[in-house]
Amino acid sequence: MAEAIAFPPGADVAPPAPPAPAGRGRRRPNVMSVIWIIIVATFFLLPLLGTAVFSLWAGGDRYNLTNYAALVKTPEVWASLWLSVQLAVYTVVISLTLLIPTVLFVRLRAPWLRPVLEVISVMPFVIPPIALIQGLTGLYSVPDAPLAMPIWFVSRPEFMVIGYVILSLPYSYRALDVGISALDVSTLTQAALSLGASWAQIFTRVIIPNLRTAILGATLLTFAIVLGEFVFANILLFNTFAVYINYIGQVNGTEAAALSLFSFFVTWLGMLGILAGGGRGQVRTGGVG
Amino acid sequence: MTDLTSAGGALRRRPKQRAGLAGALPVFFIGLFFIYVLAFLGGPALSILFQAFRSSTGHFTTQYVDQLFGHYYAKTYATTAALSAVTALIGVVAGLLTAYQIQRQSTPGWLRNAVNSFSGVAANFAGIPLAFAFISTLGTQGMLTLWLKAAGIDIYGAGFSLFSFWGLVLTYLYFQIPLMVIIITPALQGMRREWREAAMGLGGNGWHYWRHVGIPILTPSVLASFILLFGNAFASYATPYALTSGLVPLVPIEIGNLMSGNVIADPQLGNALSLGMIVVMGAAMTLYTLLQRWTGRWQKR
Repeated sequence: MAEAIAFPPGADVAPPAPPAPAGRGRRRPNVMSVIWIIIVATFFLLPLLGTAVFSLWAGGDRYNLTNYAALVKTPEVWASLWLSVQLAVYTVVISLTLLIPTVLFVRLRAPWLRPVLEVISVMPFVIPPIALIQGLTGLYSVPDAPLAMPIWFVSRPEFMVIGYVILSLPYSYRALDVGISALDVSTLTQAALSLGASWAQIFTRVIIPNLRTAILGATLLTFAIVLGEFVFANILLFNTFAVYINYIGQVNGTEAAALSLFSFFVTWLGMLGILAGGGRGQVRTGGVG
Repeated sequence: MTDLTSAGGALRRRPKQRAGLAGALPVFFIGLFFIYVLAFLGGPALSILFQAFRSSTGHFTTQYVDQLFGHYYAKTYATTAALSAVTALIGVVAGLLTAYQIQRQSTPGWLRNAVNSFSGVAANFAGIPLAFAFISTLGTQGMLTLWLKAAGIDIYGAGFSLFSFWGLVLTYLYFQIPLMVIIITPALQGMRREWREAAMGLGGNGWHYWRHVGIPILTPSVLASFILLFGNAFASYATPYALTSGLVPLVPIEIGNLMSGNVIADPQLGNALSLGMIVVMGAAMTLYTLLQRWTGRWQKR
C-alpha cells in the first residue's frame, strides 16, 4: 500500500466535479460509453468480489465467517496490527511536530523557502522506499556504518519510524500546506500577537484549531501508509501487519483474502482523510484566502 | 477565532520576551526540519552514492556500477522498464478514456462521484493486499479462475498465469488506471466548453476541435501522467514480491534480495542497483516537472 500511495504528490486529488449542467445540453449516453464503463467497472469490481467470496469460503461448498472468526482469535494478527498502529502513532507525532511549525514559519517568515520545501516533499519519490532503507541501514545500522546508531535502537521496530516520517512526507506536507494556504496566517498571528499571545498559545489556540481538518487528513494518510508499509519491515524482518498478511498468504489463502479486504477498507479510511484535508471547514478571515 | 478573543483579555503582555522568542522559534523549527531531512533523506542518498563506488578495501571503484550493464542486471532493468512502460501506456489510455467518459454531461452525477472516490482508494490500494486480492480472484485456485473453469474456460490451460509478466501488468493496472483518472481529471475539467463552441462557430467539426485545440492542450498533461505512472510502477516492491517471488526479475526485488542476504554478495552491488534506480526516478521527476511547467503555461493563458 505505502509504496504506491500515488507516486506524485502532484496527484492533486480530483476536486469534486461540478454538477452536470442540466437542461437542454443533456444528451443521452451513447452505447460505446456505456460499454466502456461496464468493462472498467467489471475489471475493478471483480477482484473485490473475488476476494470477498474467497474470504468467506470454508472448504467445499460452504461459505461462512469461519475465516474471520479464526483471525479474530489469532493473537499474531492482533500483535502485528498493534505493532503497526504503534509505529503509525509515532510517525504521526514526529511528522506533525516537525511539519506544522515549519510550514507555518516558512509561510510567515521565509516564503522564499517554499519552493525548496516543494522540492524536498517530492524527493521521497526519487529515492524510493527500497533505496531509502538501503541508505538508512548503510549509514546508521550496519556493523561498520559511518554514523552507527546504538544497537538497542536499530534492532527495534521503532528504528523504521525514522524512514516512515520521510515516506509520508509528500502526503503530510501537502495536506498541511493546502490547509495553511486556506488560512490568512499572517493576519491571524498578528492579531494574536497584538492581543499578547505567546507562540505556544498561538499554536494551541489559533493555528491547530483552524488546521484541524488538514491535520486530520495528514494523520489518516500517514496511518494508511504506515499500516500498509511492507518494504522496510520485510527487509529488516519485523512482524508488522503487512508482513503478517504476506506470511499468512503463504499458509492460508482465505485468511489472507479476509485481511486484504480489511486493508482495502483501511485505505478507504485514509482516502477519506484526503477529502477531509481538502479544505472544508477551515475558518477563514476576510481578504486573501 | 472564538478561542482567541475569549482568551485575549486575560493574557499579559510581555513584549521583550516575545521579541526574542519570536525571532528564535522560526529558525529553530525550520532548522530542525532541514536537519531531519538532511540526516534521513540526504544522508542515505549520499551513502548509496559513496558505497556504490567504494571497493571493499575502501578505494574508488566502478566495478559494481559496471555490473549494472552486465547481462543479468541490464536485463533486470530492461524488464522493470518494460513492465513500467506497458502498464503506464495502458494506464494512460484506459484512464484517459474513463476520465473523459466520466466528465461528459450525459454521465449521471452519482456515477461521476463514485468513480472519483473509488479512484482515490484504488490508486493507493497496492502492495501485499492487492496481490492477494488478485490471487484470490485469478490465482490457480482463484474464484474467477474456478468459475471460468466451471464454465468450460481453462485460462491456465490456455497459457495465462497471474505470476508472470502479463499477470503483473494486469495487477498493476488496478492502481495505474485510477491514478491516471485522478491526475488527468483536473486537466479535462480545465477544457472549457467555449473552446469547443468557438471551434464549431468557426465552421469546424469535432475532428477539427480535437486536432487543433483538444489534443495540443492535453498533450503535455498526458505525457506528464505517463512519466508519473512509469515511476509509480518502477518503484513497486510489495506487489511483485508477493505475486512472483522473484520469477520476474525486477530492480526493487533484486535490491531487496541482496539486502536480506538471500544472495551472498557485496553490499556495494545493492547500492549500485539503488543508485541506478535513483537515476531513473530522478530523470522521471525532472521530466515531469518540465512537462508540468509546459502545462502550466498553457493553462494560464
